[in-house]
Amino acid sequence: MKTKRAMILVSNDPESIRLGANEVVQHLNEALASYDLQDEVDVSTISDVGYSNILPLVIVYPDTVVYGPVKASDARYLVEEHLYKGRVVNDLLAPPKALTGPIGFLRGHKGYNPAEQRVVLERAGRIDPESIEEFISANGYEALGKALSELTPEGVIEIIEKSGLQGRGGAGFPTGRKWRFVRGAKGEKKYVVCNADESEPGTFKDRLVLEGDPHLIIEAMVIAGYAIGADEGYIYIRGEYGLAYQHLETAIAQAKEYGFLGDNIFGTDFCFNIHVHAGAGAYVCGEETALIESIEGKRGEPRSRPPYPTTNGLWDKPTLVNNVETLANIPPILRNGADWYKSLGTPSSPGTKVYTIMGNVNFRGVIEVPMGITLREVINIYAKGMKPGSILKLAQTGGSSGSIIPADLQDTPMDFESFRKAGVSLGSGALLICDQHTCIVDLVKVLLQFFRFESCGKCTPCRVGAQRIYEITKRLTQGQGEIADLDIALDLISEMERTSNCGLGQTAGTAFRGMMTHFREEVEAHILNRVCPTGVCSMDPETAQSDYIFITQEK
Amino acid sequence: MINLKINGKEVQVPEGTTVLQAAGQVGVTIPTLCNHPDLHATGGCRICVVDVKGWRTPMASCTLPASEGMEVETHSPAILKSRKTILELLLANHPRDCLTCDVGGSCELQDLSYEYQVQVPEWGTKGTRYIADSDPNPFVRVDMNRCIQCTRCVRACTEIQGRFVWTMAERGFDTHPVPGADTDMLDARCESCGACVAYCPTGALSDKMSYGQGRTHQVKKVMTTCTFCGVGCQFELNVKDGRVIRVTSTEEAPVNGNHLCVKGRYGYDFIHHPDRLVKPKVRRYLIEGKKKKTKGKPWEWVETDWDTALDLAARKLHDVRTNFGADSIGVLTSAKCTNEENYVMNKFARQVLGTNNIDHCARL
Amino acid sequence: MSNSMDDVAKYAELLFIIGSNTTEQHPVFGSMLRQAVIQRGAKLIVADPRRIDITEFATMHLRQKSGTDVALINGLMYLILENGWEDKAFIEERCENFDEFKATVMQYPPEKTSQITGISVEDLRQAAQMMGENHPMAVMWAMGITQHIVGVRNVMDLANLQMLLGNMGKPGGGVNPLRGQNNVQGACDMGGLPNVYPGYQPVINEEVIKKFESAWGAAAPAKVGLTVTEMMPGIPEGKIHALYVLGENPVMSDPDSAHIRHCLEEIDLFILQEIFPTETAAYADILLPGVTFAEKTGTFTNTERRVQMVHKAIEPVGEARDDWKITAELAQRVLALGGRELLSDAPLKGWDYATSEEIMVEVSKLTPSYTGINHARLDNGERLQWPVPTAEHPGTPILHTKAFSRGKGKFMPIDFVPAPELPDDEYPFILNTGRVIYHWHGGEMTRRSKGIMEVYGKPLIELNPDDAEKMGVNGNKTLRVTSRRGAIEAEASVTDRVPPGMVFANFHFPESSANELTIAALDPVAKIPEYKVCAVKVELVK
Repeated sequence: MKTKRAMILVSNDPESIRLGANEVVQHLNEALASYDLQDEVDVSTISDVGYSNILPLVIVYPDTVVYGPVKASDARYLVEEHLYKGRVVNDLLAPPKALTGPIGFLRGHKGYNPAEQRVVLERAGRIDPESIEEFISANGYEALGKALSELTPEGVIEIIEKSGLQGRGGAGFPTGRKWRFVRGAKGEKKYVVCNADESEPGTFKDRLVLEGDPHLIIEAMVIAGYAIGADEGYIYIRGEYGLAYQHLETAIAQAKEYGFLGDNIFGTDFCFNIHVHAGAGAYVCGEETALIESIEGKRGEPRSRPPYPTTNGLWDKPTLVNNVETLANIPPILRNGADWYKSLGTPSSPGTKVYTIMGNVNFRGVIEVPMGITLREVINIYAKGMKPGSILKLAQTGGSSGSIIPADLQDTPMDFESFRKAGVSLGSGALLICDQHTCIVDLVKVLLQFFRFESCGKCTPCRVGAQRIYEITKRLTQGQGEIADLDIALDLISEMERTSNCGLGQTAGTAFRGMMTHFREEVEAHILNRVCPTGVCSMDPETAQSDYIFITQEK
Repeated sequence: MINLKINGKEVQVPEGTTVLQAAGQVGVTIPTLCNHPDLHATGGCRICVVDVKGWRTPMASCTLPASEGMEVETHSPAILKSRKTILELLLANHPRDCLTCDVGGSCELQDLSYEYQVQVPEWGTKGTRYIADSDPNPFVRVDMNRCIQCTRCVRACTEIQGRFVWTMAERGFDTHPVPGADTDMLDARCESCGACVAYCPTGALSDKMSYGQGRTHQVKKVMTTCTFCGVGCQFELNVKDGRVIRVTSTEEAPVNGNHLCVKGRYGYDFIHHPDRLVKPKVRRYLIEGKKKKTKGKPWEWVETDWDTALDLAARKLHDVRTNFGADSIGVLTSAKCTNEENYVMNKFARQVLGTNNIDHCARL
Repeated sequence: MSNSMDDVAKYAELLFIIGSNTTEQHPVFGSMLRQAVIQRGAKLIVADPRRIDITEFATMHLRQKSGTDVALINGLMYLILENGWEDKAFIEERCENFDEFKATVMQYPPEKTSQITGISVEDLRQAAQMMGENHPMAVMWAMGITQHIVGVRNVMDLANLQMLLGNMGKPGGGVNPLRGQNNVQGACDMGGLPNVYPGYQPVINEEVIKKFESAWGAAAPAKVGLTVTEMMPGIPEGKIHALYVLGENPVMSDPDSAHIRHCLEEIDLFILQEIFPTETAAYADILLPGVTFAEKTGTFTNTERRVQMVHKAIEPVGEARDDWKITAELAQRVLALGGRELLSDAPLKGWDYATSEEIMVEVSKLTPSYTGINHARLDNGERLQWPVPTAEHPGTPILHTKAFSRGKGKFMPIDFVPAPELPDDEYPFILNTGRVIYHWHGGEMTRRSKGIMEVYGKPLIELNPDDAEKMGVNGNKTLRVTSRRGAIEAEASVTDRVPPGMVFANFHFPESSANELTIAALDPVAKIPEYKVCAVKVELVK
């Protein structure tokens, strides 16, 4: 690699591209050429940095100056001033408020919070995701080299077990134990599947990894393959993640070329190949067995379990399914050791967690923090507090199927065990922060509408039950609710929890249940007084029309 | 072998047995809807859930492999309540047309609702969502309002017929089977074998030709062998008031089980076709004792009684044999008739006439 | 079939279908084969000039030129021998005449085979390799193999192939002709053939004649009779003066319909026992109304030699009678007229059967393979495939497990002979004929089924899109197909199921039956007509 004097990074997540990032890159290159700087300054792209309001973003290293939003027409001016004349372009600088956000690569900047700790998002946003050299220069493939040269497969699993890593897809199953199951399963052929179908509304943490650090996932999957005895892997990626798909394809080609993937990896006998499979938009395909069905080319419907994928997975072979975030933790653990990992987070839930923050707060985006910080800390420190005039009413964790957490539970540490004790779930790491203007009934109705649509329709309790609870909730918002309905719904929700085939049906009623536990008075006001206390619901029977157009039968 | 306990009873089953099958071995009947022994189990309807010690939630017994030391409870109060809830959910948007439904009396949903004493609940989405008799296929009547999304039609078409006509479309509450990409069955390359009808547990798919002509308890079912090709499928002729109104397949059939083809299942209406010959007929020249003209318009037919026709036939055969010898007579027997009938034809040619001039259409 | 459908579907590693449109003509067995491919991963080779439905499931489709089956099979055996894939132990222990056979096969190197059959050398090698490497292989065929003037050669050559590969006498292997009619197997078993008594006992064997004479009181002379394809032309020649026909429709189902009609016009006496006024009934003198399968009790024997009960479900319609009763009454009346002396002590000379069950008892006494078969056993749910030599014997699902019927299997050297009428300048197309899934044979029953007529209500002639384009078939789709014997008009079904230069027609519809066109050339041994190849010209009717 030639030594460069400076480097320009341009964000190229889908939103930036929509706002003209590609043109910015083109104009920057043209401008550099016209000043004959093309050999001294490199233009590179980075993925989403967890922001949305200052895109496209241009960062000039080594000065660490952040410009944004930058238009193509600004490019020449920026090159001339900053790179030719060496002056910071003040009128293009990103607004200071934005700069105080938790952008990891701006270490030392004002506003950086020492509590943020980047393990998973270590490189995302800092390196060119389309350059394997940059990945390697940032310790990339070091863990794989270590695994293949210094460790037995058993040794790899021991380290992962010892680290205490738990699955980040939502259920929190110990990763090492899962690996051991698959390793011990009968069969010559085994698979590693990376669940990158990040379809939980409002969650985009995995996208940052896939777009910004695709080699990390490849490295982790090869390690996993080595540990469990698999020679083939699939990345099942959400269909909408076009850029991530591209970056993965590029990364796979590069990794093959460098001998980190394909036959005889690192010159050993170990071989491993990866296919990328794009989903088609079904929420349920994030469920591991539905995901497997989908890879097999079938309708994405969860299988009945047991048997589990660990013994009867893809093509009926033992299969390891891990979430992107889980896998992203593997190389750092192998590089730094299990003890290092356990020093992060809490004793029962080591490591960090990536959260997507949404709702009525000042900062909305992605953060990576150690396990065990509280909701109050997230809101007040990372999310820069509630919006002016907003008071926290509730938070919902873990996406649509997640729990409703009232304001008085905001000091519960956010880790698997503490949440389990409090009867709520951590889920995928989506955090929806709602203020006093949110009507709980309306919120639950929206969530149920999502479930009645996203249920795959395979099992009766979920297919009909979700529709039924949705209808009850909708009637509440239209001033048509009955007290008796509430018990019917709760009873139905327990049956759904008991008899549904997969997690989707089992948790579809979680929000409704949370609403009844924490906000019963507000719900009853909808029924007894026919009033929505927040004024959100229409309470108008006129809007109580059916979601279906019925057919008049000709007799 | 695996040892497990079902309702306290010890059962020993080979590896790979499901809990549902194991229960069957000790005479415990677990209700099923989406499951059928001929088809791969999916665990979709959840009616077969059972309690298994050590598991947080009930498990679908049709897909649950029996494992060593398992303790299963199939009819606990909680399980009965869950099954009732599932039936209520299935009935919540099911049309209340059991009175006129063709499969009344042979409907698995109806039988289970009866067993669990479940009423069609007041709540639920009422109204007709799909057009009844929505497919132009002349043999299969499609009424998706009665569908319980068990996917047996999908699996029957895939795993029995191998034609892949049915598939599930839409999601959530809108999930329902469609032919092809929601087209007509015949457009979706349906061969009208009727397997989907045979495996449908409700009236969603029923036989169109016999619709409204007789329910299962009103007919006499007679097991017989198909008259079309040489595969030798067996099935039941459903007879009402002296007429064959329907063909139903049965797992008892050695060759074909529940499967049939379009001709076997739906090609029976020739039996009562008005063209059927119902009286012996002879040409007028035979009655009048005239000569048969070999050119020109043939003599007209005269309906006769059996004695007249048979006497004429015998007399004429006798004459030909007397005049030209036994080998001037040819006998064609029939590959459509029974062994017994072919045997007597062979005996007729060789014993009665004295010729080996007997053949049939084996070559054609 | 030497094997059962069930064991072929369950155990065959490789399925070789040649000259059988299995999914349309034996639909339920066809589905079983599809499932063998889908669920069990069995391999499938289909050899057929047409791209029939089951080719969708085939590992390989060999699209040989019509009537070149012997060359194809020989060519495959050449490659099997060349690569040493033959089952040497089986050939050594169970077969004979190998050297003579091999000498013939070695005259079919791949290049020559390819030239005759139109199949590439590469495909031939691949197919031979699949056969060499996958055991057991089951061979299935139907009329696409037999309805040629070389029908017998084709069948013998397939038997050669299976002996060569050692695929005989084991589950999932065997030679498996799929019998067309529901009881064509039974009609043959029951002596409905001019050369054999029931149980394939030769009519020219003195002992056999004696056996039947002493049982019946009289038998036929020791002389092979005429086949149906000989009887018809025998009428104008003055050899045949009377016909007694049970449930057959030669005007629809025999080759060269015009000639058949001409023959029937000449006959002195034609007694027809039928359920419908068929196209043939127009030529009859006496029509006797028989009954359908729904109105009778008896047995059918299926393609795998399985004897199964037919049960009476309804009373005969009108005055129609059980067919065996009609024959018995006619027999009694003819015998009463004299001219035929019966030995007075013959135990089975009589015709006073009360039930069809009694007839089966008589059958079991005279037919060795049916000795243990009776209605009571079948009604008890016993599943019997003949031979059933005793009343306790459980039946024989697979033939030739230890030895062949004649002891050692004899390899027959078979040479390729081209079809008798090939396309020329005047008649440039090959006509192939057969049936479609919805109809049965002459269509007497299925054309009287309302639903079936809704789905397939008129004759269609399959024509390749390239030919259709050349002819300008578009909108106007009515074709006239003419052979040296006749012409038909019907709508074209433009499809690449047929290769260019071929049309395919069925014989379900009297208004345009393929048999108006077919040639009455016969196999010299089996007397089976060449239905699958004749030359025609095809024009668009303007």
